[in-house]
Amino acid sequence: MRVACYSRALRQGLSREGSVESFTPVSALVGGALIGLGAAVMLLGAGRIAGISGIVGGALKWSGEDQLWRALFVIGLIAGAGIYALIAPDGLVVQFDATAGTVAAAGLVVGYGTRLGHGCTSGHGVCGIGRLSPRSLVATALFMATGFMTVYVTRHLMGP
Amino acid sequence: MPAALSALISGILFGLGLAVSHMTNPAKVLAFLDLAGDWDPSLALVMAGAVAVSFVAFRVAGTRTASFLGEAFQIPPRRAIDAPLVVGAMLFGVGWGLAGLCPGPAITALVSGHRKAFLFLGAMLAGMLVHKFMTRPRH
Repeated sequence: MRVACYSRALRQGLSREGSVESFTPVSALVGGALIGLGAAVMLLGAGRIAGISGIVGGALKWSGEDQLWRALFVIGLIAGAGIYALIAPDGLVVQFDATAGTVAAAGLVVGYGTRLGHGCTSGHGVCGIGRLSPRSLVATALFMATGFMTVYVTRHLMGP
Repeated sequence: MPAALSALISGILFGLGLAVSHMTNPAKVLAFLDLAGDWDPSLALVMAGAVAVSFVAFRVAGTRTASFLGEAFQIPPRRAIDAPLVVGAMLFGVGWGLAGLCPGPAITALVSGHRKAFLFLGAMLAGMLVHKFMTRPRH
C-alpha cells in the first residue's frame, strides 16, 4: 500500500505534462506526511519544534551552543530537496512570477514578519496546529487570509 | 550529538516532503493562494497530511517527560494572542502572497539554482536581522 502510494506520487511528480499540474492530491498528501514525519523526528528526538523561521532566525544570534543542530537541520532541508532533484528527471521546479524587486521586498517582509509573529507555515502551521495551540491557529488563519488577499490584489485587481 | 543528528534527519524528511509535494515551487503555492483564479487546493492537502502526523507526534510527546533521546521538550511557552503575533502573521502572509515562498521552501528552492531563490533568501535573512536589531534590549 505504502509502496503503491509512493510510486504514484513519484509518477505524479515526474509527469512531463508541464511543470505545474493543477491539482496533485497524492503527492501533496505523501509530501505532507513526510513533512509531518520531519516535525515528529525533531520533536521526539531533539525535543524541539521544527519551526523553520525560528531555527534560522535563532541561528542568526551567533551564540555558540545551539548552532550545531540548527545548521544540521538546514543542511538536511537542502539535502532532502537535493535527493528529490536527483531522483526526479525534471528536477526541482522553481518558477517565480514576481519581479526581482518584488521577490526582494517579499523576502524582507517574510523574514521580519515571521520573527515578529514567532513562526511561519511550519512552526505555526504544521507544529502549532498539530499541538492545537490557539496562538498558532490564529496566526495560521491570519497569514492565510493576508496571503489570499495579497494574491487577489496583485492578480485580479492590479492585473497580471 | 544524537539530538543534533535527529535534527539532520528531520531536515532531510522535511526537505524531501517539500520537494515531493511541489511546495518548493512558488507558482504552485500561488496557485493555492489564488482563490479567484484556477484554484489548486494541493497546499491544503500538504498541510492536512503534515498536521495529521505532527498531531500524533505531539500526543506521543504528551505521554513522556523527555524525548526518546532524553532531551527536555522545548515547547513555546507563549500563550497570549498579542499584537506582535497578529501583525507578524499578517505581514508574513503578505510576503508569502507576493512571492509564493515561505521560509522552508525559501531554503529548499536554492537547490534549483534559481537566482531569485537566492535573492529571496538573502532578503529574508535581512528581514530577520532587522527584527533582531529592532528588538535588541537597550541598556
